[in-house]
Amino acid sequence: MMTENKQVYLDNNATCMVSPGVREAMMPFFGELYGNPSSMHNFGGQVATHLKEARERVAALLNASPDEIVFTSCGTEADNHAIRGVLEASGEKRHIVTTKVEHPAVLNVFRFLAKKKGYRVTELGVSKQGDLDLDELRASLTPDTALLSVMAANNETGTLFPIDEIGAIAREAGVIFHTDAVQAVGKIPLDLKKIPCDLLSLSGHKLHTPKGIGALYIRKGTRISPFMIGGHQENGRRAGTENVPYIIGLGKACEEAMNDIFEENNRVRKLRDKLEEGLISAIRHTHINGNPRWRLPNTTNLGFEFIEGEAILLHLSAAGIAASSGSACTSGSLEPSHVLMAMETPFSYAHGSVRFSLSKFTSEEEIDYTLKVVPPIIQKLREMSPFYDASK
Amino acid sequence: MWDYTKSVMDHFSNPRNVGKIENANGVGEVGSLACGDALKLYLKINPETGKIDDARFQTFGCASAIASASALTEMVKGMSLEDAMKITNDDIARFLGGLPEQKMHCSVMGKEALEAAIANFRGEKVEEHKEAEVVCKCFWVDEEKIRHQIREHKLTTVEEITHYTKAGGGCGGCIPDIKRILAEETGKASEPKEPPAMTNLQRIKLVTATIENKIAPALRNDGGDIELVDVDGLDVYVKLRGACAGCPGAKATLHNIVQETLRKDVDPKITIIEVK
Repeated sequence: MMTENKQVYLDNNATCMVSPGVREAMMPFFGELYGNPSSMHNFGGQVATHLKEARERVAALLNASPDEIVFTSCGTEADNHAIRGVLEASGEKRHIVTTKVEHPAVLNVFRFLAKKKGYRVTELGVSKQGDLDLDELRASLTPDTALLSVMAANNETGTLFPIDEIGAIAREAGVIFHTDAVQAVGKIPLDLKKIPCDLLSLSGHKLHTPKGIGALYIRKGTRISPFMIGGHQENGRRAGTENVPYIIGLGKACEEAMNDIFEENNRVRKLRDKLEEGLISAIRHTHINGNPRWRLPNTTNLGFEFIEGEAILLHLSAAGIAASSGSACTSGSLEPSHVLMAMETPFSYAHGSVRFSLSKFTSEEEIDYTLKVVPPIIQKLREMSPFYDASK
Repeated sequence: MWDYTKSVMDHFSNPRNVGKIENANGVGEVGSLACGDALKLYLKINPETGKIDDARFQTFGCASAIASASALTEMVKGMSLEDAMKITNDDIARFLGGLPEQKMHCSVMGKEALEAAIANFRGEKVEEHKEAEVVCKCFWVDEEKIRHQIREHKLTTVEEITHYTKAGGGCGGCIPDIKRILAEETGKASEPKEPPAMTNLQRIKLVTATIENKIAPALRNDGGDIELVDVDGLDVYVKLRGACAGCPGAKATLHNIVQETLRKDVDPKITIIEVK
């Protein structure tokens, strides 16, 4: 099948390539700039200056203040810190609210808290397009509710939740609001002076840093316990000597994201649309999973009827194209992803769903190649399928 | 990514015998869209010789489902019905150089389609699932299939049953039923007589003593170890560490030794459940 030695990476919601600028910015900190930023000498002092600058760059991307940014080891740590830290500091309240379509870094924390710590958990469902019912969300918040956690953008479908409105509802109810914005940061503009969230998680490797760095935004005045206890680093909110090279990398990545967000919103969106429209017009019985309008510009999740996702992915991989699937077989579980199940995606294409996620490094040529490669793969698998035969 | 053998990848990428046989005289269909995999097998059987002259298939499923179907058609072509009936799902997996444990149900699907196709040729009616007998409502698996797989493959845990039948792999609501069936099946294999009545407290004490004094020392001699986590009725939750950690075969043996010892010394209905 593989005619050219092509490698097309369309799985950027899983992780993405390290930007050359980020790599370059990090290199000195593996070399001469090895000081500990807490030290009282020049080795440490100059590193502390760079660290401060990185924090300012992360804050600038979010229109936040630098002292509201805590560096973490990954997005999952940021989510855990936010949720467990707030509950530890919040006293008597025993009810927490989230959605059925969160990333496991949030959902499994909530389920753990329900099972092991006795919290009452509300998991809000979504519509067939993956949208929340805001009236239902408002009604779920009670005087006993300590925390609401709702993601900004869904990793599988790209569907956006209106976190500005949700934040306003939470504030009105006096409930602390956390948003997992791992997929949204850098892809859509987020202005935390306008979005009333109290906490926001982000991850570096979705922003073109290497894996191993994340950050948690904590709005001034939010009561939260430290996640790691020890030294005074990160204002005592996250002890442990700073992961300096990666923090510098995250700062650089946020600076690049700020410069590129226009491009991300336009060129990448156009490429995504070209891919999506091209595939839908070339392949009958294809459906968009998620809200086609309120969506990340880089993501399309398509359900191909009558066939199964793992088989599609392996054929794509043989042709050099990397994508991912919410089908059961790829994850080792036996059911389609919890996101597709929550949306009541029909089984006829839930098992055959494929997510293509682009980045600013995706080229038009790569999209053209993908448009050429995918239709015959789908056709080949459908020719094999008893259900396709029956539908004809 | 799954660790598929070269043969699985070959049969997946270049499946043999895809399609229909227009004048097939044995057709077997198993699975459904909701289940996530399905197979329709077409056989052309010579009524004079009783030989399978041709076999083709259509399938909806993952790479191992496609490969299992392709392998099955290659295996049965030219075979007598008598020999074909003897093919087990393990034979299909073996033909492919093995399947990941979690994918064994793909080979079971092949075996079931073959049975259904031969029954169809012989004019036998394939029994429909009766609602009352369906244990797993997510994947529509009935009690008979679960019992059959437990016996055929000497399955000892719910997880293994899920790998072979998919039962319990969806919402998990039927896991208590699967445990009951498993206990009945494995209980049957050892001691039919009623165990002496024992209080929960007595049982917990006896389990603890047996593990500490008998099982743990033996395992430690071989570089393994066991930790008792909980006892819930007849379910004993343990952490196991074998000398050959990571080797599924060694792990299963270890599991069996612990279970058999506890069944002998404490209660024949005990089920060992491993926690990680």
